[in-house]
Amino acid sequence: MSEDKDLKKDAADAVKPGEATTGAQRTTATALEAGGQHVPAARTPLEVVDVRSGMFGAHGTGDTSGFGGLVVPVVLPGPSERPYGGWFDEVVDVLAEVLDENGTGFAAAVESVVVDREELTLHVAREHVVAVAQALRDDPDLRFELSLGVSGVHYPHETGKELHAVYHVVSVTHGRRLRFEVTAPDGDPHIPSTTSVYPANDWHEREVFDFFGLVFDGHPGLARIEMPDDWPGHPQRKDYPLGGIPVEYKGATVPPPDQRRSYS
Amino acid sequence: MSTTTPHATRPVHDDETTGVPMFEASGGDWSDIAEEAARLGEERIVVNMGPQHPSTHGVLRLMLEIDGETVTEARAGIGYLHTGIEKNMEFRTWTQGVTFCTRMDYVAPLFQEAAYCLAVEKLLGITDDVPERASVIRVLLMELNRITSHLVCLATGGNELGATTIMTVGFTAREEILKVFELITGLRMNHAFIRPGGVAQDIPPGSIDTIREALASVRHYLRQLEDLMLANPILHLRLKNVGYLGLSGCMALGITGPVLRSAGLPYDVRKAAPYCGYETYDFEVPVSQEADSWSRVVLRLEECYQSMHIVEQTLERLQRTAGQPVMVADKKVAWPAQLAIGADGMGNSLDHIREIMGTSMEALIHHFKLVTEGFRVPAGQVFQSVEHPRGELGVHLVSDGGTRPYRAHFRDPSFNNLQATSIMCEGGQVADVVVAVASLDPVLGGVDR
Repeated sequence: MSEDKDLKKDAADAVKPGEATTGAQRTTATALEAGGQHVPAARTPLEVVDVRSGMFGAHGTGDTSGFGGLVVPVVLPGPSERPYGGWFDEVVDVLAEVLDENGTGFAAAVESVVVDREELTLHVAREHVVAVAQALRDDPDLRFELSLGVSGVHYPHETGKELHAVYHVVSVTHGRRLRFEVTAPDGDPHIPSTTSVYPANDWHEREVFDFFGLVFDGHPGLARIEMPDDWPGHPQRKDYPLGGIPVEYKGATVPPPDQRRSYS
Repeated sequence: MSTTTPHATRPVHDDETTGVPMFEASGGDWSDIAEEAARLGEERIVVNMGPQHPSTHGVLRLMLEIDGETVTEARAGIGYLHTGIEKNMEFRTWTQGVTFCTRMDYVAPLFQEAAYCLAVEKLLGITDDVPERASVIRVLLMELNRITSHLVCLATGGNELGATTIMTVGFTAREEILKVFELITGLRMNHAFIRPGGVAQDIPPGSIDTIREALASVRHYLRQLEDLMLANPILHLRLKNVGYLGLSGCMALGITGPVLRSAGLPYDVRKAAPYCGYETYDFEVPVSQEADSWSRVVLRLEECYQSMHIVEQTLERLQRTAGQPVMVADKKVAWPAQLAIGADGMGNSLDHIREIMGTSMEALIHHFKLVTEGFRVPAGQVFQSVEHPRGELGVHLVSDGGTRPYRAHFRDPSFNNLQATSIMCEGGQVADVVVAVASLDPVLGGVDR
């Protein structure tokens, strides 16, 4: 039985030459180069979210399809080029004008503009997030007066910008909606709080702190909101396990969801 | 302690408690605080209302600082119903996600399903491929669900003031619509009926007539509710000018839904950013200017009538589109739900099983892969809003190109709206807290997720 297992393991190693190194460290230069051909021409520097190997996405079992050596980096849509289309250009122009006027500087504050699936995302430098929010809310031509809150995302493979806070705002006046995204490294998880501009973000920032450990500097009372106050860890981070126990059903044992075979 | 002493539970032994963190409210400056309270001798009391209080719509905890009968400070504590639904969704396929998000706000489950599926469709880029009949069924279900949700709000709100008849009438009316849900989806709540790409199956024969009959009786009960509530002097006294939140307060706190519309702004996602073809339906967005609990009751009643108006339009369209598909044509996305009624109830259609098991190996492989692996969604992120009975429900979905969501975040309107508890309650009477919270209509399943 154990011999059988060893054979399987050997076979798996043979068809997956890259498997010997640890899973998380497979974001290598070769991987990036190999995946470069999948990148659309107009989009240049890309953020690698993950690297996927093999044909079917199953982990832990031998991929006998012959495609086990396939390595594909997973990339999110990269920066877009003008024209962005629709009102996106107008909003970015007005925002640039306002930020340049008040001394923040558009180039310093907005790192990139991404238009994807007819939605506009501004990637904002974290030290300027309050200034950008203020400009988006107060300028009459922008007037994103309604905040729909903040949601956190943890990208453990994006070294130096693992933690993202995504702010969703709506302009009721102009009937527009956009989002701006701020990143912080795991080692220094601090982002200025936007509660002074959007008081609605109070609980949302608490939730992001609770689930991701992002500290919003200047928040009036950054306490945990969903988890108990003495809870260790931040549950929505990718390195936090889901938990669960195996369940026995009709003689078979069903493992907890995070230990079942997955195909992504 | 003698071992023969009878105990309700086992006595705690010291060896069991080692390693367990202990917390004690002593030491530090607690004695100073207690001394100061004794010295000042104020009638200042901090009352915990909830989390197990019948008037807090579930497990909302209100921390009230009261001076006599006046609330000087009110804070809301949440998290007692946090079940990690968003985290769990990261470990299931995109289709299975529907089963999870429907359990968030359990009074309005179909809105989470619709918002989530619209977001998945936007990520897949198949928004325009969703068949018209599927969108019509979604609108039908959402509007019926809006009526049931508003009825629960009015019914429980009345019950909390001691008006039990309002509750019984409201819940009786809701029952008529829940029967329709049971007929169409098989379940009264947690339907998981709306799926990425369409809906699970077509409406059963005869349901249009059933809905027409249900609407007639709901209309009858709504009239009863109006008669009970709108001219009731006690309700007037209890609700008018209570829980006031003006437009600037609403905008600052991101309040949406009936509370925002009661302050005079006709903001409704169905009009502002239409989805599911709402731009083709004829309906009004009622508003009022009083911004108090009373106007929110009137608005919710009016919205029920508007929803019934939309439901009538969907019924006409359902008759027109009879026999058309209710799921996208792309077999790489469409969930293989060929259902039929067998001897033991609803289940997989035997004809379909016979076909894939007996005649087409490719169909069997495809079925197996789609059900076990799921479909892949191109990497990227989207935000999709729908008009929930309590306000704007937003879904932020991130895909890493895999068969599971990389991140699913629900901006639940109740979660956001509860931030207004302090501003609505402070300075009022303790009894008004109940009225103000009921006018926000929070559902804690959605708040805590």
